[in-house]
Amino acid sequence: MSIGNIQESSGLWVFVEQSDGTLARVSLELLGKGRDLAEKLGVDVTAILIGHNVSEIAEELIFYGADRVIIADDPIVQDYRTETHTEIIAEQALKEKPDILLIGATCIGRDLAPRLSARLNTGCTADCTELDIDKEMRLIVATKPFFGRDLMADIICPFHRPQMVTVRPGVMELKDQDRKRHGELIYIDVKLKEEDIKVKVLETMRAASDGISLGEADKVVAAGMGVGNQDGFEMVKELAKLLGAQVGATSLPVDEGWVSEDKKIGQTGKTIRPKLYIGCGVSGAIQHSAGMINSELIIGINTNPKADIFNFADYGIIGNINEIIPALIKELKYSANKSLRPACKRLKPN
Amino acid sequence: MNIVVCIKQVPETSDIGWDSKTGSLIREGVEGILNPNDKNALEAALQIRQQHGGVITALSMGPRQAEDALREALSMGVDKAILLNDRIFAGSDTLSTSYALSLAIKKISRFDLILCGKESWDAMTAHVGPQVSELLNLPQLTYATEITIHNNSVTIKQKLEDGFRILTSSLPALITVEKEINQPQIPSMESIMNAYRNKEVQVWTNEGLGADKTHFGLKGSPTQSRKVYIKKVHKGKVIILEGKPDEIARNLVQILKQKGLV
Repeated sequence: MSIGNIQESSGLWVFVEQSDGTLARVSLELLGKGRDLAEKLGVDVTAILIGHNVSEIAEELIFYGADRVIIADDPIVQDYRTETHTEIIAEQALKEKPDILLIGATCIGRDLAPRLSARLNTGCTADCTELDIDKEMRLIVATKPFFGRDLMADIICPFHRPQMVTVRPGVMELKDQDRKRHGELIYIDVKLKEEDIKVKVLETMRAASDGISLGEADKVVAAGMGVGNQDGFEMVKELAKLLGAQVGATSLPVDEGWVSEDKKIGQTGKTIRPKLYIGCGVSGAIQHSAGMINSELIIGINTNPKADIFNFADYGIIGNINEIIPALIKELKYSANKSLRPACKRLKPN
Repeated sequence: MNIVVCIKQVPETSDIGWDSKTGSLIREGVEGILNPNDKNALEAALQIRQQHGGVITALSMGPRQAEDALREALSMGVDKAILLNDRIFAGSDTLSTSYALSLAIKKISRFDLILCGKESWDAMTAHVGPQVSELLNLPQLTYATEITIHNNSVTIKQKLEDGFRILTSSLPALITVEKEINQPQIPSMESIMNAYRNKEVQVWTNEGLGADKTHFGLKGSPTQSRKVYIKKVHKGKVIILEGKPDEIARNLVQILKQKGLV
């Protein structure tokens, strides 16, 4: 199956991931980015939404940047399944011939995108960190890191359509919604039959969430190799607690088992963009920094004055975290107490 | 239960060169290792064979030196090893690679299960498993942390960001595995020697696959590297806070207060 004529292909599509009616944030991030790219090409943004009882959330997608929303609403697609979703999107894509298709690189997106690219016989670039348009060639230019280091490649898909790209959550900024936007809701029939689908979902178990997720936190304190051991890590946790921040980490503390994998920030972990990021004993190597470089205020603490983190931090502290963090904890506790103390008139010595 | 395990040789180091003209990474001459995650796929296959019997075939595509990865698979205990090696495969992207692998699997013909690692540690696309499933029209079960086989069906525990799902499917099927599914065995010196001395790695060229040549290599791959480069991150000038730890701490907390962050 192939879409064929490149000239006939037009428009930018975003696959919208949802689970029980809750939209995946990455899909909204991609609608915002897709809007910018589509404007450069002078084309529409189409969201494709699949699920059961999802009509209510369809309009949200317009507020986040879609001009059209294609909706496949049916009990058979209550749960995400590779077969059902590939079938629906491929059929619609063959009919409408989109030029570009963006998919969030979540577990589900990474299951769907390659399957769909093989079905449509087109190229897919995985886990891109930047997207742009080559206006002359009317191509999407997708930048992706290689080898978990500072090696980057610009990838294009010149002769196949749609040009498919996946982007990890948090990489693109979540734009504000515009509730005045108007768009078109298009319902399509789902013709799938349960007996033709080979994979069945027997059970879904969601892990209990501990409140705010790392990816959405306003403040993050991250621990790197420099924290040295579990005790060092506990100290970082205390600092985070006093700041009302979430704890994150580079690969090493995760590999050492000081903290669970969902706290990993970087190319193989989460991408964050908090208002405040404090890196404790973090060197700032690309494996980690790729996931936090868009933080608003970056503070780096490291013993090595040549550590990479000082190339992009706003404030740097060259020192041992075993001295700096306790001092910070003490200062934060002191200033918290000070603000609680009732103001009293100071007696002037005469 | 006949199983095909798709494996990949990856560079041991991330310090690798690239061809500035084509944007392709230069894999020749770089020390290669068996992709760590693929060892989990091999181990899973060995455990299934223990319970259900059958033949395990390890399959790889790559330059001649990728034979070492297949020898490692043989030393772990797989029965057969096949290397797809042809000049026209060089520079293939994930879809072209999956095309070649799927043709080879069709040629192997007798299989109930295909196992792959979730992703390779060099490119990390996680594309090949799902693409091979599509090209062979098989159900795909990704991110398995447990696999159970009974009669003619397979059930897996699928790891997602926020939990798990239990999926079941008829066989044949393709499964990609997570690293936590098992602890791959380390082959003994004896079995490594045996894999080099007494075992065969079959080398298949394109001729036997009957493939459409235009699907391979740089020209046949839908995606193309336009440019490969090193990116250093420099944001601006860092302000270094100096003094004794308590002075630094006071200074920093002051800054955070001014910015409304504490």
